Amino acid sequence: MQKSLHIDANKCTGCLQCEMACSYENYGVFNPSRSRIKVFNFEHEGRKVPYTCTQCADAWCMNACPVDAIRIDAATGAKVVNEATCVGCKVCTIACPFGTINYVAETGKVQKCDLCGGEPACAAACPTGAITYVDADWTGFDKMRVWAAKTDTAPRAAA
Amino acid sequence: MGWTRKILRVDLTNGTCKSEPLNMEWAQQYLGQRGLATKYFVSEVDPKVDPLSPANKLIMTTGPLTGTAASTGGRYSVVTKGALTGAIACSNSGGFFGAELKFAGWDMIIFEGKSPKPVYLSIENDKAELKDASHLWGKTTWQTEEIIKKTHQDPQIRVCSIGRAGENGVLYACIVNDLHRAAGRSGVGAVMGSKNLKAVAVRGTLGVSGIKDFKAFLAATAAGKKVLAENAVTGQGLPKYGTQVLMNVINEIGALPTRNHRDVQFEEASKISAEAMYEKRPTDGKTHLVTNAACFGCTIACGRISRIDETHFSVVNKPEYWGASGGLEYEAAWALGAANGVGDLEALQFANMICNEDGMDPISFGATVGAAMELYELGILKKEDIGMEAPFGSAKALCELAQMTAKGEGFGKELGLGSARLCAKHGRPELSMGVKQQEFPAYDSRGIQGMGLAYATSNRGACHLRGYTVASEVLGIPVKTDPLVTEGKAALVKAFQDATAVFDSSGLCIFTSFAWGLPDIQPQIAAACEGDWSLEKLNEVGERIWNLERQFNLAAGFTAKDDDLPPRLKTEPAKTGPAKGLVNGIDKMKPEYYQLRGWDADGRPTGDTLKRLGL
Repeated sequence: MQKSLHIDANKCTGCLQCEMACSYENYGVFNPSRSRIKVFNFEHEGRKVPYTCTQCADAWCMNACPVDAIRIDAATGAKVVNEATCVGCKVCTIACPFGTINYVAETGKVQKCDLCGGEPACAAACPTGAITYVDADWTGFDKMRVWAAKTDTAPRAAA
Repeated sequence: MGWTRKILRVDLTNGTCKSEPLNMEWAQQYLGQRGLATKYFVSEVDPKVDPLSPANKLIMTTGPLTGTAASTGGRYSVVTKGALTGAIACSNSGGFFGAELKFAGWDMIIFEGKSPKPVYLSIENDKAELKDASHLWGKTTWQTEEIIKKTHQDPQIRVCSIGRAGENGVLYACIVNDLHRAAGRSGVGAVMGSKNLKAVAVRGTLGVSGIKDFKAFLAATAAGKKVLAENAVTGQGLPKYGTQVLMNVINEIGALPTRNHRDVQFEEASKISAEAMYEKRPTDGKTHLVTNAACFGCTIACGRISRIDETHFSVVNKPEYWGASGGLEYEAAWALGAANGVGDLEALQFANMICNEDGMDPISFGATVGAAMELYELGILKKEDIGMEAPFGSAKALCELAQMTAKGEGFGKELGLGSARLCAKHGRPELSMGVKQQEFPAYDSRGIQGMGLAYATSNRGACHLRGYTVASEVLGIPVKTDPLVTEGKAALVKAFQDATAVFDSSGLCIFTSFAWGLPDIQPQIAAACEGDWSLEKLNEVGERIWNLERQFNLAAGFTAKDDDLPPRLKTEPAKTGPAKGLVNGIDKMKPEYYQLRGWDADGRPTGDTLKRLGL
């Protein structure tokens, strides 16, 4: 079964544990500025929204790459940057409509979420369940459950 | 490791920024943050210094766990000689500024001297420079943060700054970071203002890599997070209701100081409680509370984000206050509310926003308004002195006075000096409800006896965050003690004070101590920091820090006489509630406390005590 990251912004408190987990997983350091998932704070609305790559099926970044450095991980479906091939031309960062693939000056390559090979560190670190890793075909399951609970199935007295 | 091992020394007089290695010998003795910065401070500053003179220094400091994945590991502290108190000050703040400073590679910034003109410090990793802030002077903390981010074209910069209160010499001005978190008490913002330092803007992209044993650290922090999640207070109560959950609890036990401590129960407490934040307003059908929010790394998330009623008199035609904003927390809701007899939740939120926006400690501000209202009711202050009628319960006066104090207008100038100076000026010094010229927080020590001793002996003046025996006396953490008796409280206060000094020196938030004891943080510190960090050593470090602060205060001129409560709490019994008929038994607790501390009858650490602690 393919899984995908599922984000429920209503549950996010903005603690940035996901950003620390991501940077530690990929760079061995606690460093939100190296995180591939970012939490956005819409201060005046009181909303916090974690945001990262959604792993498009037909990915703009992958299509745009002139050197074929972005490949699909067969096990997870993640679009993964092969650093050895990447030349740092940044065309993918222009192609991506969502801004979730970015250049890293220090390495001269781009980085994006690769789902940590199937065990995303951000989801494991999230203390509130705002980030989960669920069946990719059923990201709406919990929402359906909530609405299902509101469906009134109580037997009615005969009119 | 844990530390970045680097200090930034900023000479404001000469406009220079220099990097220095951290004194690692001191780090082993004082851990970090509160303890380590205090060691630097007392080693460099004359205890007799005028807090607002260039000779005073101001230190912004992180702990070894700041900027790590440890839950709540985002704290920073400001250490200086307090403008309000003249005592050692250490004010702690959450938000995201502290972690960012660490990510830029700094354990600490020491500010010295005074800039000839307004400046702000800009830090981008190892690059630090003072920049002109004349365009920021006169701006609020909210405007300052926005302008700095725009100027640098970098929305990811974290900012701490003073508002107009800090510029105008409000003696309880605070330093605000991330819009509504603050190094709140003792007037650290007034010291910053006296140095013409408007703000510190930090962008750090280096991260924290100096963890002694990452694997052990992740295991220890995961275990700690589990404890927080499974604890009723940190796992459920605080995220859902925030600290304000205490309003009804403390009112019921008769320890909610009301109308400048005339009463110990507030008849409108439920209207300003955490539960009230969830009630739909009749005007717009919305709840006051919008959501809870976390500081950096925090898995508790006690913070409140609220929205004021747009039709409330305080914000009519002021859309800049209509958005979601920080508050209310328990202390602010109490100080702006019960302390003045004001039960209008929206008015409290407005006054709280002014405190955030212009950088004032809402505890000292609210309690000073309470003192002014009592002077007004006694006929000592007249309508023409204040510029308005100001009886207890007046929400209009509260909102008006908040703005006047922040801007330094009219009677606001007097209020900005705090209740001790205000009451002394009008011939009634005994009506100032505080210790060492700092106002009490939200617990009446007639109903919670141990807090009387904690307040009287707190090194930074009256404070609930130096030894929170409320945990034991009211909530039963770690064990329940009777709040109405003095027996056993000396030992309880000492234990809380010493443990708190360790939490405050680690980079972690003291609120974790609702669930964590030192045995829970010890493995986290030991995995992050090189050296021996056994439980025994941490206990010793806590006691060492407490005595170091004490030594500074004694050298500054404080004596045992200053470890005392106002006469009201010692002679006017509580009128209602479970503590009815009781006064605080400070005189019974204090001698025992001095003895347990290894201090003489005058409250001075004995030679043996100093030697034992290596002081």
